[in-house]
Amino acid sequence: MITKFFIGLKKNALLPFLSFIFAFFIGGIIIVVSDPVIMGQLSSPGKFLTSAASRIGNSYLAIFQGSIYDVNLARESGFFRGFYPMSETIVTAIPLLFAGLAVALAFRSGLFNIGAQGQFIFGAIGASYVGFAYELPPLIHVPLVLIAGIVLGGLFGGFVGLLKAKTGAHEVIVTIMLNYIASLFILWLLKTQAFLREERQDPIAPEVNSSAQLPKLLGGDLRLHLGIFIALGVTWFVWWLLTRSTLGFKFRAVGANSNAARTAGISVPFVTTATMFISGGLAGLGGAVHLIGTEYALTAGIAGSIGFDAITVALLGQATPLGTLLGALLFGALQTGSRTLLSNTGTPSEIVQVIQALIVLFIATPMLLKRVFRLKNSIESKSMTAKGWNG
Amino acid sequence: MAELNLVQKRKQKSIFTMLALFAIFTLVFYITSSKTEPITFGFILGDEFKLISEWSVSSRVGSGIFMLLALFGIGLSYLGFKSEKSTTLGSVIFGLGSIMSFLCWAAAGKFIPFTGLLQAALLLAVPLIFGSMSGLLCEKSGVINIAIEGQLLFSAFISAIVASLTQNLMWGLLSAPIAGALVSLILAYFAINFKVDQVIIGFVINVLVLGLTNFFYSTLLVPYDSTWNAAGSFSNIPIPILSKIPIIGPVLFNQTIIVYIMYAIVTLIQVALFKSRWGLRTRAIGELPIAADSVGIDVNKLRFRNVMLAGLVSGLGGAVFTIGAVGIFSQSMTAGAGFIALACLVFGKWSPRGALVAALFFGFANSLQSNLSISGVALPSELMLMIPYIATIIAVSGLVGRVRAPAADGIPYSRGNK
Repeated sequence: MITKFFIGLKKNALLPFLSFIFAFFIGGIIIVVSDPVIMGQLSSPGKFLTSAASRIGNSYLAIFQGSIYDVNLARESGFFRGFYPMSETIVTAIPLLFAGLAVALAFRSGLFNIGAQGQFIFGAIGASYVGFAYELPPLIHVPLVLIAGIVLGGLFGGFVGLLKAKTGAHEVIVTIMLNYIASLFILWLLKTQAFLREERQDPIAPEVNSSAQLPKLLGGDLRLHLGIFIALGVTWFVWWLLTRSTLGFKFRAVGANSNAARTAGISVPFVTTATMFISGGLAGLGGAVHLIGTEYALTAGIAGSIGFDAITVALLGQATPLGTLLGALLFGALQTGSRTLLSNTGTPSEIVQVIQALIVLFIATPMLLKRVFRLKNSIESKSMTAKGWNG
Repeated sequence: MAELNLVQKRKQKSIFTMLALFAIFTLVFYITSSKTEPITFGFILGDEFKLISEWSVSSRVGSGIFMLLALFGIGLSYLGFKSEKSTTLGSVIFGLGSIMSFLCWAAAGKFIPFTGLLQAALLLAVPLIFGSMSGLLCEKSGVINIAIEGQLLFSAFISAIVASLTQNLMWGLLSAPIAGALVSLILAYFAINFKVDQVIIGFVINVLVLGLTNFFYSTLLVPYDSTWNAAGSFSNIPIPILSKIPIIGPVLFNQTIIVYIMYAIVTLIQVALFKSRWGLRTRAIGELPIAADSVGIDVNKLRFRNVMLAGLVSGLGGAVFTIGAVGIFSQSMTAGAGFIALACLVFGKWSPRGALVAALFFGFANSLQSNLSISGVALPSELMLMIPYIATIIAVSGLVGRVRAPAADGIPYSRGNK
């Protein structure tokens, strides 16, 4: 089973790899263009090229240092401490992975779930309340918190599926609206009595009780927590669901051709609702793990832009579980490294957003890369299509 | 009773919905209301002719008066239903009456600058109107445009830079549509030529524009703000006489040049879409491209052209944010207006007039919310801000009148494939 899990990788890896290279190349050009000192040297091409190359090299080195292994940190405080950035990368990647899997799963049923953001928020809300309002032994409390996240996220997503199944309301429009509703709802919720901290007036919920927190794995200020195993387990579960279960077969059948699936006796309304429920549940679980693994206290900005980055992660991973895992790690590394990029080289961390968008742009358009690199049909792309508004 | 057809059934249902809402509102705002403090509406903003400068009414009485107006709206809808004509006007009057009744109830004892409220509503609606017209041009011809947000943001960014560097607002205004069209070019090229999924490419464009503008904002606009980000903004041009009409004058006819352009563009699109050859062809390729192709219309060429046109239109909407209002660019300043514009388009049933009304409604809801919170009315403003989004979900799910997108919306066209 495990070997089959990895076989899919080789076939699908070329396109993401080329997109990756191409995006970093263009990102480098943008870094150079935005630097007035280097642009001033244009009159002497040799000097211009060396300083441009070193500028780009330094920038990407800084991203590496800030996301994988920090040599300076290791020299100061020991070999082991050098892995601090990697721990941060994984911590950043965990919520991206959950939400990315949510989006990827929906893609495989032909649904475009833009609403991972809202489902993530609702998962975090559920986890927060169960986490701070009850005192229980950890072995019961933690699962309960996770279930609260799954249920709230799942209901928030399942509602979209049900609405689509019953009335044909398009999931893209509904989830865009629900994202706004969720972020307004959390703003309101944090002002209510139930979610106010006793000694504080600003919108921050009480921290979850220590019995509901996921334990840290490495101790010290390394934030890596037990959530990594939950994340890996869920990745495996999604892979199993999609490729080894009857339900997953139905999902993919509807995603490939809903008319054919209907003729074959698969209930499309059921699949739509079930997909969106599970998808929302995955995003909600991500919210719960993020809350009890790193944040502990619910704030209005709990989801950041995770739900939206998740869409790019899922696209990058070509809507496969393993691809999404790698995509989440890459984005986690880019986002963690972007902080060092700013402090070491002065390049604004937003360049990472540009690179992320470029990677996905190239992945979404295999035709473009095929032309640029003059490839024959060696690039495969998964069907990641949303349907038209009436679909 | 005769069998009702599907449309009539829906209209009947919506009349029942309105009656139920009427009962609830009357109960809350009038019957059980104990608020007797007066609410005062101010009508004078500038130097317009004075018809009435203030109107003060007891909260409960005001609510009652406007609930009567809402009842009148229901009656009008019923008459429309009976004679098998449109019920829209009645529903709009019902909505207005209900909102005003709510306002009387919520703002008891407060002063509401009514004309100012309307003026702010229009200003908030202008970018939404441009954005939804952009979406309309694309989607009527069969291309889904999720990238409105990106178009607005990029043109806001470019128009601020160009106006700053040239120190001339007109150049800024000219550059905005070009910037919008550049974003459209990506959408058109990938969606029509490469047949990439339109929702996905639209989403990616938004992320790309957000990243690019954020990056250059930090590298250029912040360190060199006096040369790169000091655009200034257009001042209002009052139209003689018209701007003196009470209430309507200062709201509609004392605005910046961009707002006047908006009037022209909405009128033009409404007329051209339904009365010109271009409009007929555009609607044809959005509904049944294969039929359009069979009579010699180049489907993909016309789609490409319309998507580019859409970019020009939403570019003007982007300019509203910078040179039409605050005069400088700030990070992600469009703050989701492109998605609300999309909602307006859906809410307005993919028609220019409908999208206009929806955008005005969204603008009014927003302006009302901020006005009430400024005048100190204790209301959960977050819950009020949700109303437009909930209304959109209700609209797409067909609970109040089913909306339908153009049939071929989002489906790439190539000969031989259906």
